[in-house]
Amino acid sequence: MNMISGIWLDAGAADDVPVRGARVIKSPFGDIAIFKAVDGTLFALRDKCPHKGGPLSQGIVHGHAVTCPLHNWVISLVDGEAQGADKGCTPKIPLKVENGRVLLSGEAIARLGA
Amino acid sequence: MAKQKLVVIGNGMAPGRALEKLLETAPDAYEIVIFNAESRVNYDRIMLSPVLSGEKTFEEIIIHGDGWYIKHGITLYKGVKITKIDRDAKTVTSETGITESYDKLIIATGSSPFIIPVPGHNLPGVVTYRDLDDVHAMMLAAKSRGKAVVIGGGLLGLEAAAGLKEQGMDVTVVHLMPHLMERQLDPAAGYLLQRAVESRGINVICKANTKSIEGATRVTGVQLDDGTLLHANLVVMAVGIRPNATLAKEAGIAVNRGIVVAPDMRTSDPDIFALGECAEASGQVFGLVAPLYEMANVVAAQLCGKVDAEFKPTATATKLKVTGMDLYSAGDFADAPDREEIVLRDPTRGQYRRLVLQGNQIIGAVMYGDTGDGPWFFDMIKRGIDISEMRSTVIFGQSYQGGAALDPLAAVAALPDDAEICGCNGVCKGKITAKITELGLTSLDEVRAHTKASASCGSCTGLVENVIKLQLGDAYNPAAVTPMCGCTDLGHDDVRRLIKAKSLKSIPQLMQELGWKTSCGCAKCRPALNYYMICDWPGEYVDDSQSRFINERVHANIQKDGTYSVVPRMWGGLTNSKELRAIADVVDKFAIPTVKVTGGQRIDMLGVKKEDLPAVWADLNKAGMISGAAYAKGLRTVKTCVGTDWCRFGTQDSTGLGVKIEKFMWGSWTPAKLKMAVSGCPRNCAEATCKDIGVICVDSGYEIHFAGAAGLDIHGTQVLGHAKSEDEAIEIIAALTQLYREQGRYLERIYKWAKRVGTPSIKAAVIDDLEKRRALHDRFVFSQTFAQVDPWEERVNGKDAHEFAAMAELRLPQAAE
Ligand code: SRM
Ligand SMILES: Cc1cc2nc3c(=O)[nH]c(=O)nc-3n(C[C@H](O)[C@H](O)[C@H](O)COP(=O)(O)OP(=O)(O)OC[C@H]3O[C@@H](n4cnc5c(N)ncnc54)[C@H](O)[C@@H]3O)c2cc1C
Ligand code: SF4
Ligand code: FES
Repeated sequence: MNMISGIWLDAGAADDVPVRGARVIKSPFGDIAIFKAVDGTLFALRDKCPHKGGPLSQGIVHGHAVTCPLHNWVISLVDGEAQGADKGCTPKIPLKVENGRVLLSGEAIARLGA
Repeated sequence: MAKQKLVVIGNGMAPGRALEKLLETAPDAYEIVIFNAESRVNYDRIMLSPVLSGEKTFEEIIIHGDGWYIKHGITLYKGVKITKIDRDAKTVTSETGITESYDKLIIATGSSPFIIPVPGHNLPGVVTYRDLDDVHAMMLAAKSRGKAVVIGGGLLGLEAAAGLKEQGMDVTVVHLMPHLMERQLDPAAGYLLQRAVESRGINVICKANTKSIEGATRVTGVQLDDGTLLHANLVVMAVGIRPNATLAKEAGIAVNRGIVVAPDMRTSDPDIFALGECAEASGQVFGLVAPLYEMANVVAAQLCGKVDAEFKPTATATKLKVTGMDLYSAGDFADAPDREEIVLRDPTRGQYRRLVLQGNQIIGAVMYGDTGDGPWFFDMIKRGIDISEMRSTVIFGQSYQGGAALDPLAAVAALPDDAEICGCNGVCKGKITAKITELGLTSLDEVRAHTKASASCGSCTGLVENVIKLQLGDAYNPAAVTPMCGCTDLGHDDVRRLIKAKSLKSIPQLMQELGWKTSCGCAKCRPALNYYMICDWPGEYVDDSQSRFINERVHANIQKDGTYSVVPRMWGGLTNSKELRAIADVVDKFAIPTVKVTGGQRIDMLGVKKEDLPAVWADLNKAGMISGAAYAKGLRTVKTCVGTDWCRFGTQDSTGLGVKIEKFMWGSWTPAKLKMAVSGCPRNCAEATCKDIGVICVDSGYEIHFAGAAGLDIHGTQVLGHAKSEDEAIEIIAALTQLYREQGRYLERIYKWAKRVGTPSIKAAVIDDLEKRRALHDRFVFSQTFAQVDPWEERVNGKDAHEFAAMAELRLPQAAE
């Protein structure tokens, strides 16, 4: 696993993620959702709701949060924590943008498979 | 010491109250056994009219459910009538031979409706209006949508007439006296009331003496003295009631008009009480619940050993429980030489008030139109207030009088905790204030939900509000609206009004102008706002797909595993070999795991992978199929039956009309989903009477129904109106849909909207006012020109491609062992 520590993987152009929307990135360790908030900030989370595994990429994005399409849990994009009365967390994937490209932390993705 | 045994005959509202009180004070004093000839629990009899009109269900008017009897260890014999009281043996015996002994007995047999003994009075189809069975009989008869004659133009008769009309019958009220409700109203007021009744399409004939009821095997009509023959397949007799005292009389108990009781509510046998409408106290019998509840309190107190508790009759008040007809009467109206009256009349505004005075006191009050001051007058009657100071202005009501003593809040503040606020449900002031504190209640609705105060006839609503106001002070705001969501303090209606008034044409603009508290709303408000904009600015507003729930964004239904289901339209439930072959091919080609026939007369393919959706749609499009919008807050399905094409009972081409409606209305967005059906005859095989909008074909045309539901709630439809041609039916349906689109709150189904705004206002706009109907219809047609674009075809051609493809597929170097 060490061999991918510090590696950043290219997930596509930042412009391809719609504002207040999301895109899906396929990986060997499951889908990752990339969200773009109304202020342009990008976030990446595992595309799996902590409740019953709903695809968060299909939810409605508002502020720095997304509402899961299956049973309306609200998940923070900042840390993947369920908001309000609900309890649970989905892994967050560190992300940076360089030259208009979205780069994801390879190490964090590999950890999804652990 | 062994418990004493208390037996109760009759399980109406009066003994129900007495037992409640008894259990509060002495829960363990008696072993209680109740016999009831009606085969049901105790319910709010006065709310039968809303059940008849369809505004309430029986479940909503139950006072004590089965659980209550179980909890208190009470044995309730339902549907068991007592036919004998043996006072020597201290037993009662039922028709079916059950014998119970008692230590104390309550006779609460109520009263029976009076039946005028004209020829034909016992034909099938002649009913009275007293219990739920009568209501069911009327509702069943109403299914024929034939003609009903109600004999008797008093409160009960008018409530029955209004309910039957609401159920779609053609109703005539015949009344013996020269004007309606002659006991409470003078001729002029009777005329105002008659006009209001007639304006609902109910015929009224006064000075009508029924000679006979016609019919060979069941009722066919009513013959009046003057030779008039009224056709009828239902006759309701609502001409008065008679106390049920026979059982007591046969047991040798003193009976006059009713069962005679002393002020302590005991009959001539000290171990036997009589209670309710069957009892006669101080020479009077009673037909309204308030005095019966007073009696109940006395009976309960006596049973707990409080021997000085006494019943003193007081004035009573009553209200016509027909939505939209406000009539309130309190006290005594009989003419007498020492009585005077003050009358206020404003015929153009439909207002009428009459006060009957004796000396300087009001002893009777009737009001029609604005009845807001009713409880105030009633209170003065009860308290015997001297009105000489305000004699010249008293008729104008409370707001025209000065002085602190009349301040309603002060009056409520002065009430002791055990003062009864809601007569129907017997809720006292202390109970309301305690619940407000205990549960932190803040609104009238909440207080209703938790205490039942003002949840029945509603005439005490003002009092309840004052109790809440006193308790909460400024924190209570009766006009408070529920905000749309946490992002704003505005309610849905305000937002809709402001969108129009301020010409708000995009979500960001709206959030800016209306001071949204969040950067871009939330998953509750955004879909609502998107719908309001689409509805209000057709052709101008650009749909915001990111403000739509996933299903409406990708035009398929998301499933629990993240796959989707695909439902193509099958117009009116019709399909053919070409469509079926295309579906079969798609299922094979994309290895779709489940194919199912839906409850909406079409086919559902479940388990389609998201990335396959555009290709699946392309194949379905090729066979001529478009999206069935099985996901939309919009038109879903129009179910049909086979109609005149095939069915031996079909009266019109229901299949054809269903297809026409679906082709006309597909693509439209509505506040919540919209389901329709067209049945070819009243057998109703397309289940049109539980849809948002339904059509029942009849020989004379098309009956338009609406406001049904069969999901989380179950409601039969109401009849909106009748159309003579298909075109007229479609015009009415479009106008109704448009009115709903413009007034409905997001996610509010038609039945909830109708309940909120009231059916009369909908009928007025869509049925009575042809100009309004046409304008609504035209607005619907205009918006359809932008709405009827198949979303599948758009996406097959590349729209929103990013939704259906992953942005990247990452490959990771595998970790070495
Ligand atoms: C497929 C179907 C069941 C079936 O296999 O037959 C179905 C499936 C669903 N229904 Fe339904 N309903 C289906 C007919 C009905 C009916 C019967 C009818 O339409 O005649 C009803 C009762 C009638 C009514 O609506 O009043 C019905 C009352 C509901 C409700 C309760 C709505 C309510 O306001 O009371 C929901 C929940 C909701 O909409 O919030 C619901 C919601 C759903 C959802 C959309 C649940 C969801 O959000 O995922 C289901 C989607 C499954 C899917 O992906 O296909 N479904 N659902 C039927 C599709 C009909 C169609 O062809 O479009
Ligand atoms: C449609 C309608 C609308 C009304 N509206 C109003 C209103 O707005 N305001 C108002 O104040 N009042 C109204 N009333 C009147 C009010 O409902 C009655 O005054 C009240 O319900 C009477 O209560 P009760 O307990 O005396 O008798 P009931 O409620 O009549 O109960 C008597 C019960 O005893 C049973 N019974 C009779 N004989 C026997 C027997 N031998 N053995 C066993 N059981 C027996 C009967 O089946 C019945 O269930 C209305 C009544 C009706 C029908
Ligand atoms: S009844 Fe409707 S909502 Fe419930 S499980 Fe079945 S399809 Fe789903
Ligand atoms: S799976 Fe996300 S809320 Fe249930």
